[in-house]
Amino acid sequence: MKTQAISATPPEQLQQVTFDSAMEARIEELLQRYPTKRAALLPVLWLCQERYGWISQGVIEAVARRLGESPAFVEGVVSFYTMFFRQPPAKYVLQLCVTLSCELCGAQRLAQRIKEKLGIGFGEKTADGVFQLVGVECLGACGGAPVLQVNQDYYEHMSEEALDQLLEELAKEQ
Amino acid sequence: MESILLRARGVPNSRDLDSYLARGGWEGLKRALAMAPEAVIQEVIDSELRGRGGAGFPTGRKWSFVPKDHPGPKYLICNADESEPGTFKDREIIEYDPQMVLEGIAIAAYAIGAHTAYIYIRGEFFRWARLLEEAIGQARSRGFLGKDILGSGFDLEVWVHRGAGAYICGEETALIESLEGKRGFPRLKPPFPAVVGLFGQPTVVNNVETLACIPHILTRGAKWFASIGRPRNTGPKLFCVSGHVNRPGVYELPLGVSFREIIYEHAGGIRNGNRLKAFFPGGSSAPVLTAQDVDVAADFDACAAAGSMLGSGGIIVMDETVNMVEVGRNLAHFYAHESCGQCTPCREGSDWCLDIFNRLLQGLGHPSDPEQLLRICRYASQGMTICPLGDAFALPISSLVTKFREEFEAAIKRSRPLPPQKLPVMPWTGKDIRFGG
Repeated sequence: MKTQAISATPPEQLQQVTFDSAMEARIEELLQRYPTKRAALLPVLWLCQERYGWISQGVIEAVARRLGESPAFVEGVVSFYTMFFRQPPAKYVLQLCVTLSCELCGAQRLAQRIKEKLGIGFGEKTADGVFQLVGVECLGACGGAPVLQVNQDYYEHMSEEALDQLLEELAKEQ
Repeated sequence: MESILLRARGVPNSRDLDSYLARGGWEGLKRALAMAPEAVIQEVIDSELRGRGGAGFPTGRKWSFVPKDHPGPKYLICNADESEPGTFKDREIIEYDPQMVLEGIAIAAYAIGAHTAYIYIRGEFFRWARLLEEAIGQARSRGFLGKDILGSGFDLEVWVHRGAGAYICGEETALIESLEGKRGFPRLKPPFPAVVGLFGQPTVVNNVETLACIPHILTRGAKWFASIGRPRNTGPKLFCVSGHVNRPGVYELPLGVSFREIIYEHAGGIRNGNRLKAFFPGGSSAPVLTAQDVDVAADFDACAAAGSMLGSGGIIVMDETVNMVEVGRNLAHFYAHESCGQCTPCREGSDWCLDIFNRLLQGLGHPSDPEQLLRICRYASQGMTICPLGDAFALPISSLVTKFREEFEAAIKRSRPLPPQKLPVMPWTGKDIRFGG
């Protein structure tokens, strides 16, 4: 398994956003699935996050225009869900589950190891913008505790050794 | 017991449609399409299948609440927003047998008269959303979904809709709000979704595991299904075991086996030969049970009689090394993070509990803390909030306080005296210093 890096569009390029024809086509296809435009909001936001890496104010405004909502409404929805990035994320977002089963099985040890290896704590990013550590709530994979999600991929039964190896491999991809 | 819901685990290419057909897949839908929708609902009622998402409501009855003569569209939603701490069974079903879920969806949609179904899957499940989309594509290309299914004249489109990180969206009305493109704020019930649901139309929301049972009920009959387990608690159940056991994982067993059998025989007992201290029998929102309760039967009614609930079947096992105050802090952190914020008792109560736990663990406990925790929990449960998230944090936390009171007292004993609780007041000098009088 090779985890795909996130490539985040720089903020200065996301101040004013217009969707190109490829995006338009996919939005149009999503709209066919629902009787209201509003229901396509989460799928369209996902589309944007896939494309730009994160959801800037400019993206919010473009989505709002496209779906006929106010930017305030769209921002309210974006801020409710934890998975939409409001800032450009690192290439690899390390999402460490800290809920009960993972904590029982040593999630804090992994957090400490990440601190030792990369010098970052929860909510922090490495200076080179490669790694970012986030503490997340239950990932629904408790049988594989402790669980670490990196971007889209799950890594289960994480030992400190496996973590070291993973971090090295990801860093090498650079 | 033979493997039913997990029979595809270990089969090569088990996700493939042909592999599913070789196991007798899509036969249930064929049988259903030859029956009247009411007869399909009756079959599910007779099977006594109860919802596997957590509440344990009889599935057939839920379907029967959908008005027959409704003039507009009706919807079916498959709830794959698996987020209850300790639960990881739906992911297992989708990993090995997504066609089985689709067949369950098709049968359910036919029974209630829905022509559009959505699978709402949690945002973190990128891989499993893809697997479902692939499965839908396959089923569609072979005529099991889409227009005029198997020449019956019945149409059904199924769409995967991804969440974006919110535990509350597993609650059915919050899920509906989220699917409509809004924040996941639970709705007041009634009206129930079966009458006013998605886009204001009659809607049934069923869990992945519930729907996965449906094809088997249709192919092998309600009587067969009801013969597994015991009356009112019928059928196979996926138990998710995590925490301090030797073999964590998903185990398929008939409802009504004891927790002792699940924990010691199937999950291989407690790690390092340690003693069992306590376990959550049905996800972290179920009141905790102690080592003495290990012989309780794992089904809906027996768990309720033991003062807890079977919930989603997520069993979190804790050994003797665990400090229950820390468990409380961990759960309070989860619920404080996941409370949607609509209702004050839940939003403030969960946060307040977290503060108290943090203080207790930092050596700043106060003798009144256990009572305070119980009081907060009392006011956040018993119908004081729109949705069950209030109960979900209040019941386990109050159960920790009541059943492990001595650990809370010990944390208080270790605490240093708190600084004075009253605001410092300047001594009265007889002069009003502010005005220099």
